[in-house]
Amino acid sequence: MSTRDETFAKVTDLIEPFNKKGIPLTDAVRFAQDLEWDSLTVMDFVAAVEDDFDIIITMNMQAEIETIGQLVDAVETLKAAA
Amino acid sequence: MTDAGTLREDRPLDMLEHASAPDLLAKFDPLIAERQALLDTGVRDPFAIVMEKVLSPTEAIIGGKPTILLGTYNYMGMTFDADVIAAGKTALDEYGAGTTGSRVLNGTYQGHRECEEALKDFYGMDHAIVFSTGYQANLGMISTLAGKGDYIILDADSHASIYDGCWLGNAEIVRFRHNSVDDLDKRLGRLPKDAGKLVVLEGVYSMLGDIAPLKEMVAVAKKHGAMILCDEAHSMGFFGDHGRGVAEQEAVLDDIDFVVGTFSKSVGTVGGFCVSNHPKFEVLRLVCRPYVFTASLPPSVVATAATSIRKLMHAGEKRERLWKNSRRLHQGLRDLGFTLGTKSAESAIIAVILSDQTQAVGMWQALLELGLYVNMARPPATPAGTYLLRCSLCAEHRDEQVGQIMEMFAQAGRAVGCIG
Repeated sequence: MSTRDETFAKVTDLIEPFNKKGIPLTDAVRFAQDLEWDSLTVMDFVAAVEDDFDIIITMNMQAEIETIGQLVDAVETLKAAA
Repeated sequence: MTDAGTLREDRPLDMLEHASAPDLLAKFDPLIAERQALLDTGVRDPFAIVMEKVLSPTEAIIGGKPTILLGTYNYMGMTFDADVIAAGKTALDEYGAGTTGSRVLNGTYQGHRECEEALKDFYGMDHAIVFSTGYQANLGMISTLAGKGDYIILDADSHASIYDGCWLGNAEIVRFRHNSVDDLDKRLGRLPKDAGKLVVLEGVYSMLGDIAPLKEMVAVAKKHGAMILCDEAHSMGFFGDHGRGVAEQEAVLDDIDFVVGTFSKSVGTVGGFCVSNHPKFEVLRLVCRPYVFTASLPPSVVATAATSIRKLMHAGEKRERLWKNSRRLHQGLRDLGFTLGTKSAESAIIAVILSDQTQAVGMWQALLELGLYVNMARPPATPAGTYLLRCSLCAEHRDEQVGQIMEMFAQAGRAVGCIG
């Protein structure tokens, strides 16, 4: 498994508790439209991802992230920089 | 083809074009529909109250009926203080209705200076800067202090003016879980050591009325080399020995780099400010856009603010009454069976938590019909998606009014079914 695959697996693990509709999780799934998350869910989830990977995803960055794939790529970049 | 003919023929085409052009207000259709559905059930609009007459800091005429005010943030009841009103009238006579100018051009009068002097004396600090509103104080301070490459670290439950201050600037924005010292510590620890950092805190969080663990948070922020801005909007006048806020009560005021506050709560008028001991503070007057590019407060407003601030320095009796009222109402509502935002009365705000919009509006309207005004708050202004009725006490609420308030809550709560 590549590190991206590992990151994807970890991120989707963290999504599951908030995946109320049981949507199959792929790179293309969008947080707002497909998972129908509100800003409070996003806040809780982002905090969980940050703590799990020991990174910071600034709100500026969050504004650019719409899909699971984009988040996984961002986590990869942030991990590399840390 | 004549010009007139062209015009006539063009008109329907124009309309067609307009009809197919995107309507920028269409994005609000869901909200319009939700609101309409609510109003169709026959309730009054909680966001369209008109006070026809204001009788005192605690009473107004709403819908032709005398109503007790329990949602005004008029904590110290200074709005009708005789000295405050006299100062405003004198300034109106002597300096006119408005300044028509920016603070840095023609909009600084003697009164603005005196108001800043009053703030310096009140907080015992070297510098004070007055903004036209509290919202603009946060907007200006936060966007100016934290620039490109700097980090702002803010509590997730921060007021909209703090969030907007972040978005107005160019800094990186990092949130931590509400009032979590550990979460703040972890996030600060992950940031680049040499980056500029501004931790933004509030003394009292206005939705639930809970206070921040400032002692611990300040220690953590200092450990990581961050500067601290603390918004004391809901604590000025009645926290700490001198009424300087939660930071004074927690004995950490000296470690707060910037205290932001407002005149529209305890002070009883309108305006915002920041006080600081930072030696370079005065430069902000030249570089802070929400300070520079707006008209200054009217002379009557700064005169009322200055008089009120000086009186608040010696308002021990009012402070005691406000705390007594807050504790009594908090206990009374708990005893009635309401779910409240805090276990005990941490501030002068008491948040009654309700299950949904229907119950919140039902309760709000029942109270209004009985003669009590409270604030209704709903997401996204509220944390954790809650619907709540927010009560704020005033030092001038009389004992019998607090008794009446509890009686009205009991009656409305039983009628709506949120208490047994």
